Amino acid sequence: MSTEGEKRPAFGHKSAEMVVAALFFLLGAIAVWDSVRLGARWADDGPQAGYFPFYIGLIVCAASAVNLALAWLSPRQKDRTFVEVGQLKLVLTVLVPAAIYVALVGWTGIYVASALYIGFFMRWLGKYPWWKVVAVSIGNSVVFFLIFEIWFKVPLPKGPLENLLGVG
Amino acid sequence: MDEIQSLLHGFVVALSLKNLALMFVGIVLGVIIGVLPGLGGANGVAILLPLTFSMAQSPGGTTSAIILLSCIYWGALFGGAITSILFNIPGEPWSVATTFDGYPLAQQGRAGNALTAAFTSSFIGALVAVIVITFLSPIVASFALEFGPPEFFAVYLLTFCAFIGMSKEPPFKTLASMMLGFALAAVGTDPVTGALRMTFGTEKLLNGFDFLVAVIGLFGIGEILLTLEEGLEFKGTRAKINMRVVLETWKELPRYWLTSLRSAAVGCFMGIVPGGATPASFMSYGVARRFSPDGDKFGTGMVEGVVAPETAAHAAGTSALLPMLTLGVPGSPTAAVLLGGLLIWGLQPGPLLFVEQKDFVWGLIASMYLGNIAGLIVVLTCVPLFAAILRIPFSVIAPVIIVICAIGSYTVHNSIFDVWMMVVFGVAGYVFKKLNYPLAPLVLAIVLGDRAEASFRQAMLVSQGELGVFFSNALVGTMTGLALALLFWPLASWALGRFRPSA
Repeated sequence: MSTEGEKRPAFGHKSAEMVVAALFFLLGAIAVWDSVRLGARWADDGPQAGYFPFYIGLIVCAASAVNLALAWLSPRQKDRTFVEVGQLKLVLTVLVPAAIYVALVGWTGIYVASALYIGFFMRWLGKYPWWKVVAVSIGNSVVFFLIFEIWFKVPLPKGPLENLLGVG
Repeated sequence: MDEIQSLLHGFVVALSLKNLALMFVGIVLGVIIGVLPGLGGANGVAILLPLTFSMAQSPGGTTSAIILLSCIYWGALFGGAITSILFNIPGEPWSVATTFDGYPLAQQGRAGNALTAAFTSSFIGALVAVIVITFLSPIVASFALEFGPPEFFAVYLLTFCAFIGMSKEPPFKTLASMMLGFALAAVGTDPVTGALRMTFGTEKLLNGFDFLVAVIGLFGIGEILLTLEEGLEFKGTRAKINMRVVLETWKELPRYWLTSLRSAAVGCFMGIVPGGATPASFMSYGVARRFSPDGDKFGTGMVEGVVAPETAAHAAGTSALLPMLTLGVPGSPTAAVLLGGLLIWGLQPGPLLFVEQKDFVWGLIASMYLGNIAGLIVVLTCVPLFAAILRIPFSVIAPVIIVICAIGSYTVHNSIFDVWMMVVFGVAGYVFKKLNYPLAPLVLAIVLGDRAEASFRQAMLVSQGELGVFFSNALVGTMTGLALALLFWPLASWALGRFRPSA
């Protein structure tokens, strides 16, 4: 992981600061806009529904405008690395499969999806022998099944496999 | 001595077999949570909170539920020290200062001494804080019984302004992050008028953003992503604690009584005002270094350098429950999650709790004494076991933790949409951490948003829209004034630094 290319910055700190501040501003603006739609004034019977969020949104906008300006004014030479290419790759190797995992949960249920996810991780990043991969990933789902469905009686999403086994 | 009487009654409640068992389960789970990267006090409690929904329905169940959850919190506080000392990885943010002297000690082969010192001082810090809670909270609660909506809003204002005035992070980032929390809290049905706010026609947002999902994402997933950047390997030193090492360290500890006392005081203060355990641990490390005769040797492996931050962190973490119980204003993210739990179980945190739910309050306080004793025994005897958890390779533990987080988010409302929100909050948590946006005020704002808004609107209704109501009497005026002073403190100190001639 220590080759030259991996240490290269993927994003600068300054641009990351500015993007995040801009996103904050956007969210604040949405809050203000929606509050105005609802009415952010003082009615006969007291404050309207948008009264409180309106000012909250305004403060978000103001604070993020300052943050944006501070980031903008920070000298270019002092710019640090926000994330290195190698680090970003590692983060994405967790994040992308995690998103696929969540999508799978809706389809196969949480137990099958979890076993696949853990198995994939162990095989791909950990390079474990298959028997270990299978044992840990399936064992994990069985343990969680026992804890949640049997012990605490908290139903988790289930899919075709559980129906087939008659435990769905 | 009403407090002693109430406390004895509390011990009767807490000493039932079921509650004692829950205490040990909570401590062990808590230490494991504290040791694992990505799981900490706040999100560990958040993940397990849904499991207590059914528990809390039975009579006396809320007391058992809070004992379980608070013991997880104590366990997590203890667990953070293990990873800091053996692996130089702070399991929790408040253990960062423990690594300064703890890890060098471990490298010199004195890991056992460092761990014993850390656990013992954690225990002492917690004990001091619990004593403070026992005697101070009834007074604060009876005082707060007189509060009306303006006073309550002033307390909220004070809490949030304290974050801006006292946090290490840039003030405008703290402000932005906090207000984002309030905005997220406002999403969904308006509790007063029933109007739909910021839902944009989707049913999914009708109930707003759940703070439990936010906590699991921000702290859990965000932390995993951050840990990943450092690579997939943990390298640690081995530790064995036997009776000889424990006794040897205990003989040494009384020498640092002044440091302990000072750190406990710093911790209690920082826990009650919402500073939190993390700044408390740094602050007391700094204070100890300045006052200790061996101050210049700090950082090379001094037992005193472990005692100071651990005492303060544990004192702060424990005393953070005082404002949570008496005023309904939590002093730390984990206390905020516990407060959310109280609300879900149908209890109203605040001064009335001390009148209407005596069993609950005093059972909890008594369990704090017992839980910390149990915690000390568990960690002293089982350190090698807990350290072994960290030797499980990250490529196995990381997906398992993400699966646990996903299950935790799902069980809050049985909705897969919440699991998606967890992923989004996770990315946000990762980016915020890297850019120094503080997460604690964000979480507190999501938890308290509705209550703060309600007290603001009630106060405004009373005064017919006059902001002067927040200065209408001495009490509320002092609190509002103090809040504003804290709010503008960063500006004042910046101006002072600017105009003072640079030395």
